[in-house]
Amino acid sequence: MTSIDSASPDAWFRLEKNRLEIGGDWTIRDSARLDRELRALKTDQDVRIDASQLGSLDSTGAWLLLRTRRALEEAGHKVEGPDLPDNYRPLLDRLNEVKLMAEPAPRRHASLVRRLYQIGKATMHALSQAYSMLGYLGRVTVETGEVIAKPKHNLRLAATINQIEETGINALPIVGLLSFLIGVVLAYQGVDQLKRFGAEVFTINILGVGLLREIAGLITAIIVAGRSGSAFTAQIGTMRVNEEIDAMQTMGLNTVDTLVLPRIIGLVIALPLLTFFADLMGLLGGAAMCYFDLHITVPVFIRQLQDAVSVSTFLVGIIKAPVFAFVIALVGCYEGFQVERNAASVGSLTTRSVVEGIFLVIVLDAAFSIMFSVLGI
Amino acid sequence: MAAEQKTETLIKVRGLVTAFGSKLVHDHLDLDVRRGEVLGLVGGSGSGKSVLMRTIIGLNRPKEGTVEVFGQKIVEAEGAKMRALEMRWGVLFQDGALFSSFTVKENIQVPLREYTHMSQALMDEIAAIKLAMVGLPPDTARKYPSELSGGMKKRAGLARALALDPELLFLDEPTSGLDPISANMFDELIKGLSESLGLTVVMVTHDLDSLRAVATRVAVLVDRKIKSGTIEELRQDKNEWIQEYFSGPRGRAALAGKAA
Repeated sequence: MTSIDSASPDAWFRLEKNRLEIGGDWTIRDSARLDRELRALKTDQDVRIDASQLGSLDSTGAWLLLRTRRALEEAGHKVEGPDLPDNYRPLLDRLNEVKLMAEPAPRRHASLVRRLYQIGKATMHALSQAYSMLGYLGRVTVETGEVIAKPKHNLRLAATINQIEETGINALPIVGLLSFLIGVVLAYQGVDQLKRFGAEVFTINILGVGLLREIAGLITAIIVAGRSGSAFTAQIGTMRVNEEIDAMQTMGLNTVDTLVLPRIIGLVIALPLLTFFADLMGLLGGAAMCYFDLHITVPVFIRQLQDAVSVSTFLVGIIKAPVFAFVIALVGCYEGFQVERNAASVGSLTTRSVVEGIFLVIVLDAAFSIMFSVLGI
Repeated sequence: MAAEQKTETLIKVRGLVTAFGSKLVHDHLDLDVRRGEVLGLVGGSGSGKSVLMRTIIGLNRPKEGTVEVFGQKIVEAEGAKMRALEMRWGVLFQDGALFSSFTVKENIQVPLREYTHMSQALMDEIAAIKLAMVGLPPDTARKYPSELSGGMKKRAGLARALALDPELLFLDEPTSGLDPISANMFDELIKGLSESLGLTVVMVTHDLDSLRAVATRVAVLVDRKIKSGTIEELRQDKNEWIQEYFSGPRGRAALAGKAA
């Protein structure tokens, strides 16, 4: 670290009887040492401060000088001076006008009370958040109803298709790659465990059911929550910071129609398609692993897969996707509208949108599992 | 700071060429800033005033030409040399550029903490003085930048720029976005500070009133070059933009105020 102190031209002071002589360069460079030494300065008589030998003085040095004078006065001595070169007089006078008021101490609560207060505050915050998101869900549902009733008038087709491209087509490479790798990993672990029973071929059952029912849909939804949910919040949030949302409102544009519905409808269409793609890529990864590890050829793999999974297995996985998509898009847009007019809040709300999106996706997935098992699907 | 050093040149720009892509912003531009003066840098929107300031403080690399500050070539200054320069100047960015995760007090203490070994008690005192010097109430110290108005942010940014007692102060549009009363107070503040601290100030501005009130010399960025002089001298200039600037309705109104 570079330091100003190291340059150290010598500032000095000397107290002799009733004269405090000071000289040298009283600047920020020497301030740390001067500060220490001046705090220890004590006398038992009245003092005259003589600063006529001063080399240079900046506001830090001037403050130290003033503070010393005030400290001596407070100790009950009469202080005269400082006598100093004329060109430093304005600086000293200016600083002398400055009144240092003690900054009010922050209020302190007992720690237990404070802890309780924080818990209560967080709870209220979570509840009001849930309440307002429920209200938002209601509004979006009503507006969606209107769009369905009068699609010609209310549906922004170009914006919706743009969203499908942005959230669906552009996500293909990352979703495909990750699903392929998940397929490889699942197959590898399945083979490893089932080999002990000589039932390696059932790896394909694990793969088929696991991927199609749960994992492909879940991993796709989580990637999309991270990728598109965050983008929704950031886009809408930035528009809020720029007052674009306010401008739209003054022009009578409905922000739900123009900003939210294209994103929700776009993602509700894109996510099931992405999930289907993830199913395929996951199975491809599994098939590749089976071929290299177990020498199961592709026709054998397909025959075994046909025995293991039925259409309903696939449908159970894919039916969840539109629901996930709706929740991700809703949370993403809602948090975007919560942004305040500063850049920092875009960042914190984007984080919150991703966390809430993934949280809700997993909670919903658990709810689906329970529902399907009750229904016996 | 001392009177006999008045003629010393602190900033020397020679043959500066700046270009973004194929767009030429500065074309072999020269500029001198002398110790103790308050230089107002004016020019039309997009004429490259802020770019020039950023080039002088080393945030932009020039395509050609040299920039010397305190006799040190900026392009060649690296590491410790650059930091030694940075300690001697303070910069106020357009919206204050306060660190949003720190309180105002912590913002002012960032350079102190980085470059000095002051005790916390002295740093607190210094922060309080700087706040008082820029005319902010003491309770501002504990506030976060998001709790401040635009004018207060600028003042707090100025307090931070002054933390290390710089010799040279750069101000980027210090009065833009302020109401006339706050703008006047800010002008007075800068004038008072430059007089009492012996500061040299380079001020990028659009504001004619503030130019008249504070600047001792004006540099006009026109046709990618600098023309400089006092306001009176520049009014005699034949250049169309300069004529329009000083003799247009706003220019006349602002300068008429001077006579009154």
